[in-house]
Amino acid sequence: MTTTYLEFEKPIAELDAKISELEALASSKEGPSITDELKKLKAKSSKQLKDMYSDLSAWRKTLVARHPDRPHLSDFIENIFDDFEELAGDRVFGNDEAIMGGLARFKGRPVVIIGHEKGRTIEKRLKHNFGMAHPEGYRKAVRLMEMAEKFNLPVLSFPDTSGAYPGKGGEERGQAEAIARGTQRGLSLGVPFVTLIIGEGMSGGAIGIAAANKVLMMEHAIYSVISPEGCASILYRDAAKAKDAADAMKITAPDLLKTKVIDGVVKEPVGGAHRDPKRAMAAAAKALDEALQELEGLSPSELRTQRKERFYAIGREGL
Amino acid sequence: MNWITKVTPPGLKTMLAKKDTPDDLWVKCPLSGELVYKTDLEENWHVTPAGAHLRISPRTRLRLLFDDERWEPLALPSVPHDPLKFKDDKPYPSRLKAAKAKIAARDKKESENGGAPIIQEDCMVAAYGKIGGVPTVVLVQDFAFMGGSLGMAAGEGFVAAAQMALARKAGFVVCTASGGARMQEGTLSLMQMPRTTLAINELAEAKLPYIVLLTDPTSGGVSASYAMLGDIHIAEPGAMIAFSGPRVIEQTIRESLPKGFQRSEFLREKGQVDIVCDRRKLKDTISNVLSMLMPNVRRAEDRLPVSLTPPKTHAAKTPNKSKGSSA
Repeated sequence: MTTTYLEFEKPIAELDAKISELEALASSKEGPSITDELKKLKAKSSKQLKDMYSDLSAWRKTLVARHPDRPHLSDFIENIFDDFEELAGDRVFGNDEAIMGGLARFKGRPVVIIGHEKGRTIEKRLKHNFGMAHPEGYRKAVRLMEMAEKFNLPVLSFPDTSGAYPGKGGEERGQAEAIARGTQRGLSLGVPFVTLIIGEGMSGGAIGIAAANKVLMMEHAIYSVISPEGCASILYRDAAKAKDAADAMKITAPDLLKTKVIDGVVKEPVGGAHRDPKRAMAAAAKALDEALQELEGLSPSELRTQRKERFYAIGREGL
Repeated sequence: MNWITKVTPPGLKTMLAKKDTPDDLWVKCPLSGELVYKTDLEENWHVTPAGAHLRISPRTRLRLLFDDERWEPLALPSVPHDPLKFKDDKPYPSRLKAAKAKIAARDKKESENGGAPIIQEDCMVAAYGKIGGVPTVVLVQDFAFMGGSLGMAAGEGFVAAAQMALARKAGFVVCTASGGARMQEGTLSLMQMPRTTLAINELAEAKLPYIVLLTDPTSGGVSASYAMLGDIHIAEPGAMIAFSGPRVIEQTIRESLPKGFQRSEFLREKGQVDIVCDRRKLKDTISNVLSMLMPNVRRAEDRLPVSLTPPKTHAAKTPNKSKGSSA
């Protein structure tokens, strides 16, 4: 159970507070009336949560996607992979902690993992620069993709970023070029490449590691060309209109499935992945495994062709 | 009163001070502040005496690059308009309509003296012709059309133009100018980054040169995709080239950026740009590199089925060689 409620979850928070009050009371004073009341309240709370989450607006999904307790890449690594060996550095300038990568076993097979890590505690957030990568992150990703190709290992990527870091050093060292090369290398890979957007997939910062054969999204993740706040401040000239911008840009998984930007959605537990991370990650593992299995029989050139046809088709059909 | 006003003759002073100067006669140089006579500017491809490279239209760009100012306009595929039914202050279709009207008016004015036609439906204009004898597809991005923003039309246009270069075994020159992705198309605009990259990969497989000419400004999703994936990167002097624009960076790091940061010369120093080239020498530079990257094609140029629309009449607007230009 989560300890951090989002603002729109206020009614649930109030119910849950009442429930824990009653639970404390029930432990001291045994009585059928309290047990009945508890049962009723719990049913009410879970029904409200279910109703609320079955119809989340794009803006509410944005808040859920950014929830501090939402499973991050390091949680996925711990829970659905074995024998992880982190690999660091772009061999040119440094190691970017915002994009982590390495070797691991996934359901028995060795794979290369690439993804954003936002960090959860203050220290970790600073260490990982809140998941906002510098050029070195994308160059490390390219390096790892090349290694994957050499050793015929599938690549699994996990975008979770509010965007590439808009800083001085990054610009000096070719942020734009680094992202472009990441996209380009991903598209030319001769090994299976699957992306799962676990939280925020924002802009070029995400696409640099998401030019995959199959792109999946967690049910409450968002995938967009710019953050709702960024779009609001540019187009509406008012960052407070982020809610409207989130709606207008169609950034949710169901919307993107319709336009074929993504290939599949991983269902999250009622109330979002942060309410039951283990179950959410198990569902993600199942979807990733299925996606990989579909690709594993294909030759390198078939994989490249599939990727090319996949991206070329976007916008040409089904709109 | 400063020293300039002291030394300026009275006659010139009143001329400079004149407030009702028609907009289209004099242009203020953003570098020196000096007023430049529009005809002089046009004769110098819109480069001021102080060296400021003003933004130019796709038509002017094509005239600058192609041999004898002749080309065949290429139609780009039409795409679904307003796939998301996007609305901010105004509905997206009405923004598109306004942009189209603005472009049409500009081209009407610019083609008064004739010239080969251009086809422009969005921010991309494509044409086929020869540069120094080398058959080339040129794609020009127009900043005046919704900030040159990269949406489905521009992305699909890029793919189509690259594939036309492929089909004709021609070189591919792309002149970038864009603020980034077109937000009104949401994630579909983000998808244009991998889509355009695929077309570049196709050209690379065919070993056809892909030359990027970076013009002011080039940023966001455009710089983070096709603008930075050329075999050769040429930039016009002083062009702003960035991933994140200077304002966003200054807001993030809370300090002001040094002068010249994210300008062409800076990018060359940092290893992202090969050549910073004066606009008046661009044609020579591009034709020089193209002829070396495609030596066989050039020798066989008479075999190529090129039927180009010649300019009807044209006021001689080639740059004046005596002014230090070699174009």
